[in-house]
Amino acid sequence: MRIASRAVMAAHFALAAVAATPVLADDSNPSSGSGSIVDRGMAMFDDGKLLATGGVSDLEGAGGGGLTTWALTTGYGTRDGIGLDGHFTYIALPDYALWTEGAAIGLWDRVELSYAHLTFDTEKVGEELGLGKGFEFDQDVVGAKVKLTGDAIYDQDSWIPQIAVGAQYKSTDHVDILHAVGAKSGDGTDFYIAATKLFLAESLLVDATLRETKANQFGILGFGGDKNSGYSTEFEGSAAYLFSRDFAVGAEFRTKPDNLSIAQENDAWDLFAAYFINKHVSVTLAYLNLGNIVIKDNQQGAYLSLQVGL
Amino acid sequence: MHRKFLLAASVALTISSSFARADDPLFHDLGGRDGIATIVDDATSNFLSDPRIKATFDNTNMDRFKVNLTDQLCLVAGGPCEYKGHSMSEAHKGLHVTNADFNALVEDLQAGMDKAGVPFATQNRLLARLAPMQRDVVTR
Repeated sequence: MRIASRAVMAAHFALAAVAATPVLADDSNPSSGSGSIVDRGMAMFDDGKLLATGGVSDLEGAGGGGLTTWALTTGYGTRDGIGLDGHFTYIALPDYALWTEGAAIGLWDRVELSYAHLTFDTEKVGEELGLGKGFEFDQDVVGAKVKLTGDAIYDQDSWIPQIAVGAQYKSTDHVDILHAVGAKSGDGTDFYIAATKLFLAESLLVDATLRETKANQFGILGFGGDKNSGYSTEFEGSAAYLFSRDFAVGAEFRTKPDNLSIAQENDAWDLFAAYFINKHVSVTLAYLNLGNIVIKDNQQGAYLSLQVGL
Repeated sequence: MHRKFLLAASVALTISSSFARADDPLFHDLGGRDGIATIVDDATSNFLSDPRIKATFDNTNMDRFKVNLTDQLCLVAGGPCEYKGHSMSEAHKGLHVTNADFNALVEDLQAGMDKAGVPFATQNRLLARLAPMQRDVVTR
């Protein structure tokens, strides 16, 4: 990774730490319905959900695990409140690096709006491909999610999961290069339906998600391809075991389309541990395997994510 | 009078039979009725010192509350207890309990169980049976 991007990353961490500090100091302050407009505004951030039940931020900025999108609404706002969070995630692979930063807001535990910016650093591979060493692809993802039915946490007397539907509009730069590798487009929209259930008596959280997508490597390599230009239905699944209120360990699996003839795109999976320091800060560490990416197989490595929220 | 008693008895029986399981291990794992009473003692002092929810108990007879909550948790855990309190929707009528209040109470109960040394997984087995009450308790 180039020095410039290292500096950018350090700046992000510093920013995240600064953002976390005042809310940490404010931890014991009860939300109050009276007082100034600022107080009342802050009371919207009711912090009312139970620890960890807001999940974390996935690669694409939505509330979920790290690799998969869940039906849970991001943040700690209850049905009467709002939750706001930001994340920075860094993935170190043998031949590439991928990082993402973003922000998401959860409204009334019902609607989620998210934005994420992904940067994919081709490192030395960029040179091999004639793009230049450290050539980067950048992608913006804007997402919206709405809970349709069920409550993952409270409906413990029923098998019905919390179900949400969502869409993610993704746009990647360097469209000319994307076309050259066989992609049909530089932008595309994913549609998904997610079902999430907490089996509280078993301390187990399970999610299954179906996604309609054209994205190649999450969209970093564009959308559609010479092999397949249309939508394909992909599956995401995850399970997390809660060891305590603030610590969960789990696994995720995600299938991806295989649209480009220049490479065989593989399914992705990870093993993660998430530590919820409090309702404002969580850290997720994972071993992630993305399989082949263009000319390099076995792209497996470390995934580190920091989430801060109000 | 006689009919009222029969009705009450049949309601109590229905409630207890819907939760009670023969030799429910959860009741055991919570330390029986005594263990539950200790948890309730601690949890109740947490409720009363929690700025988020303490006002909810302003008009509550706390001694009776503790007995009722102990009996209720005992019953929910599958123990041989009789709950003589109101239904959850009746008991929380007009209190304007929010979802955040409900969760605050859960956190205080968790802290009570922590103090009593109840393992996290056991806590969750109890909370799983209490969670659906959110629908009757949260009215705002």
